[in-house]
Amino acid sequence: MTREPVIRVQGLRTRIGVTLIHDGVDLEIQRNQVVAVMGGSGAGKTMLLQEIAMLYRPTAGSIRLFGTELEEIDPQRAGGLRRRMGVMFQQGALLSSLTVLDNVALPLREHTRLSDEMIRELAGLKIALVGLPPATAFKYPRELSGGMLKRAAMARALALDPELLLLDEPTAGLDPVNATAIDELVLSLKQELGLTVFMVTHDMDSLWRVTDRVAFLGDRKVLACDRMEALSGNPHPLIESYFQGRRGRRGRESMWAKN
Amino acid sequence: MAETSSTEWADLVVDATYARVQLTGHWDTLALSRLERRLREMVWPAARELELDASGIDRLDTGGALLLLQLTRQLEQAGLRWHFNGLQPSHQALLELVRRRIPGQPLEPPARPFGRIATLGRASSLYLLQFFGLLAFAGELMSRLGVSLMHPRRIRWRELFDEIYSGGVTALPILGLLSLLIGVVVAYQGGVQLDRYGANIYIVDLIALTTVRELAPLMTAIIVAGRTGSAYAAQIGTMKVTEEISALRTIGIDPMELLVIPKLLALMLSLPLLTLMADVMSILGGMLMSDLTIGVTPDVFIDRLPHVFAFERSFLLGVGKAPVFAVIIALIGCFQGFQVQGGADAVGRHTTISVVLSIFLVIVADALFSIYFSWLGI
Repeated sequence: MTREPVIRVQGLRTRIGVTLIHDGVDLEIQRNQVVAVMGGSGAGKTMLLQEIAMLYRPTAGSIRLFGTELEEIDPQRAGGLRRRMGVMFQQGALLSSLTVLDNVALPLREHTRLSDEMIRELAGLKIALVGLPPATAFKYPRELSGGMLKRAAMARALALDPELLLLDEPTAGLDPVNATAIDELVLSLKQELGLTVFMVTHDMDSLWRVTDRVAFLGDRKVLACDRMEALSGNPHPLIESYFQGRRGRRGRESMWAKN
Repeated sequence: MAETSSTEWADLVVDATYARVQLTGHWDTLALSRLERRLREMVWPAARELELDASGIDRLDTGGALLLLQLTRQLEQAGLRWHFNGLQPSHQALLELVRRRIPGQPLEPPARPFGRIATLGRASSLYLLQFFGLLAFAGELMSRLGVSLMHPRRIRWRELFDEIYSGGVTALPILGLLSLLIGVVVAYQGGVQLDRYGANIYIVDLIALTTVRELAPLMTAIIVAGRTGSAYAAQIGTMKVTEEISALRTIGIDPMELLVIPKLLALMLSLPLLTLMADVMSILGGMLMSDLTIGVTPDVFIDRLPHVFAFERSFLLGVGKAPVFAVIIALIGCFQGFQVQGGADAVGRHTTISVVLSIFLVIVADALFSIYFSWLGI
C-alpha cells in the first residue's frame, strides 16, 4: 500500500471527435515527487491533467489515483479523491466575484464545518504560505498582477491541504523573477509539506530546477519519462529537436553554471 | 458540507491528575471541526504546567498545525505553561513552519475610507458620471453614424446583415407567437364587453387601434430589448474582458464602427419590420378569437378593417415609434457592454442593467409619445 504510486496511468487513450490525442499513455508518479509533463503544443498535456483531475473522461485505459480506479467511480468516492488533490488552472480561474481570501476560503467553507475565524486564519495562512502579502487578501482577482494571480490560485489549490497538487503551466506568462519564485514555492511545498506535484510546463528553468522526473509527451504517448539530465540526452528525434533549439539549451547551461 | 465519515477525528483528552493532555487522531483540515468547536468551551485543569502528549497524533497538516498553535495560544491566555511530548520530528518541523508563516495579526478588511454620507455622495456622483458617459457615448455614436451615412463605403455591410439576421430574422417565431396571443387576449377581453352592448362589429376597431398603435410596438421593443439588447451588452462586455476591444483598436479598427454602428442600423431597420409583423399577427389573433367568441366572421372583420377610423394614421404612428425604440435598445446595450470592467461577474451585472434600463426607457419613451400625440391631437 505504501509503495502504491499516487498516480498510475495505463494504456490511456483519448479521442475528441475524430482526433486521437492519446494512444497508450503510461505514467506513474510516486509519493513526494515532482513530475512534469512536457511536449509540443497540442500534444495533449493539459488534457492529461484534466483527465487526472476527473474533469474529462478518457476514451479507454485506466487512471488510478491513490490506488483508486477512476473508471466507474461513484460520485461520493470521487468527491473524497477531489478533496485530496488541489488543481491550479493555467489562467488561475479564481472566481472574479470573490476576494482572494474568500476564494481560498471557499473549499474550506464547502467541505469543513470549522468556525469562521478558523477558516479566515487558515486561509490567511495559505495566503502567507504562497508568499502573498496580507493586504492582497481583500483584493479582487482583477486587481492582481499575473504573478500574484498564480500565487493566489496556488493558495486556493492548497486550501484543503491536498496530498497531490496538479499545476497547469504554473510559470507561463510570468517574468523570470516571479517564475523563479513559483519554482521555489513548488520545491518548498514538496519538501516542507511532503506534497506530490504533477505539472504541465514548457519552462526549461522550472524543468531543470524543480522536477524529479519529466515525462515527454509526443506521438500520442509518453516517449520517455526520466530525470532531466537523462531526458535531454535522449536520442528520440522529437525529444532531440525539442532540446536542440537554443531555448532548450539555455536551462541546461544555467544549470551547469550553477553547479 | 460533507465530511468524510471514515476519518478518525482529531481529538484530545485532558488528564487532570497528571496535568496531561493527550492529543489523538488525524489532525487533518477535514477532521478538525469537532475538536475546534469543543476547544472554544474548554476548561483547563488548574496546573502550573501542562504536558501536551502528541504521540497519539498520527497525521498532521497545516490546518492541524494551526489548531495546535491556537491551542497553545489559548493555554498561554489562561496563564498556563506547556510543553510538547512525543511530537514527531516531521510534525515539529511543520508546526515550526506554520508558526513562522502565520500572519502576525488577524486579517482585517481595510476600513471603509468614507462615512455614510460620503458613500451616498460617491454613489450619486458615480450615477451622474454614468449619465454623462451615456450622453458622450450617444454623441460619439451619432457623429460616427453621420460619417458612416455620408460615406456608405465605410459601413460594414457584412456585420450589418449578420446583425439583421440574428437580431431580426431569428426573432420572428417568438414574436409572431406572442403577438398572436396578445391579439387573442385583447379580443377575448374586449369582445365580452362589446357583446353586452350589441356593438360586436367594433371589436375590429378595438383590436386594430390598441394593438397597432400601442401594444405591438411596445411588445416588440420589450422582447427585442430582452433578447437582442442583452446579447449586445454580453458580447461587447466579454470582448472587453478578453481585451478583444483593445486588440481591435491597435489593429486600427474602430470598435464603434465595427461593433456598434452595424448593430444600431440593423436594429433601426429590423425593429419597424418586426413591429409590422407583430401588427399582422395580433390582428390575426384577434380575428380568430372574434370569430370564435362573438361571431364576427373573418370576412366581416376584413371588410371592416379599412373603415376603422384613422387606421392608417395609427399604423404609421405605431411603426414610426419603432426606430426610436431601436436607438434606445442599441445605445443602452452597447454602452453597458463598454462599461464592463474586470471579470465574468461584471459582464452579468451590466447585461442585467442593460435589459432593465432599456425596457424602462422604452416604456418612458412610449409614454412621452402618447403625451405628445395627444397634445398634437392625433
